[in-house]
Amino acid sequence: MKPGLLKTYLILALFIAQKAVGNLSLAWGMKRLPSSLPSNFGANPLFYVRAMFDPFVAAGIAALILALLTRMVLLSLADLSFVLPVTAIGYAVAAFLGKVVLHETVTGRRWAGTFLISIGAALVGSTSRTTTTEAGAKSS
Amino acid sequence: MRWLLVAIMVAATVLSDLLQSHEMKRAGEQSVGARGLARLLRAIVERRFLMLAIGCMAVSFFSFMALVRTEPLSFAVPASAASFVLETALAKLVLREQIGIRRAAGALIVLAGVILVGG
Repeated sequence: MKPGLLKTYLILALFIAQKAVGNLSLAWGMKRLPSSLPSNFGANPLFYVRAMFDPFVAAGIAALILALLTRMVLLSLADLSFVLPVTAIGYAVAAFLGKVVLHETVTGRRWAGTFLISIGAALVGSTSRTTTTEAGAKSS
Repeated sequence: MRWLLVAIMVAATVLSDLLQSHEMKRAGEQSVGARGLARLLRAIVERRFLMLAIGCMAVSFFSFMALVRTEPLSFAVPASAASFVLETALAKLVLREQIGIRRAAGALIVLAGVILVGG
């Protein structure tokens, strides 16, 4: 495997891990907020600010910010049309974590969907990571 | 209400990703080490379209937060992937990426999977 490609896949794995931890922590934190907060936040920013003081929500936001930066690095190495499908593996991870950690119901249909996502992501992952001259260029 | 949140999230995500991809390609290859992230943060401050992209991402993020308050994570996460088709098409039209048969087929299979997961 070429070093550039290896780097791309390592950063991809890092992004998927950060995103999974972030989403899980955020969902966990949002579900355990006090019942005094409305179930639907609407456009009131105070509810969002208050939610951020929950440690799980805060940890989730921190992990998602790191994931955002990692994804930006990934976009400097590969096409958007490459990054989108291969990072979709995260949806399969989310379904798995939703089932195992949050005890959400994951139906056979959803497992079939996660299987298709994995197949599609693998197919896209087998294409060239960059098709434009600018992507993957060394910074000056 | 949940579909309105999904619509806001998708529109903001599409704009954010197009801007990010365009600007990051112009910025050149980045890395995830401490120095690399410092350089990335500097690029974000210097490039206004990256700032705009992050603003759009914030809108998308708060829509997501509101969504997971009432919907299961296993719905909210795949619903956010509705941006997928739009972004792939715009990557070809706007960013001039070459989307061959294998990449298009893979993207369509992923889309089918996302629809199954979200259904």
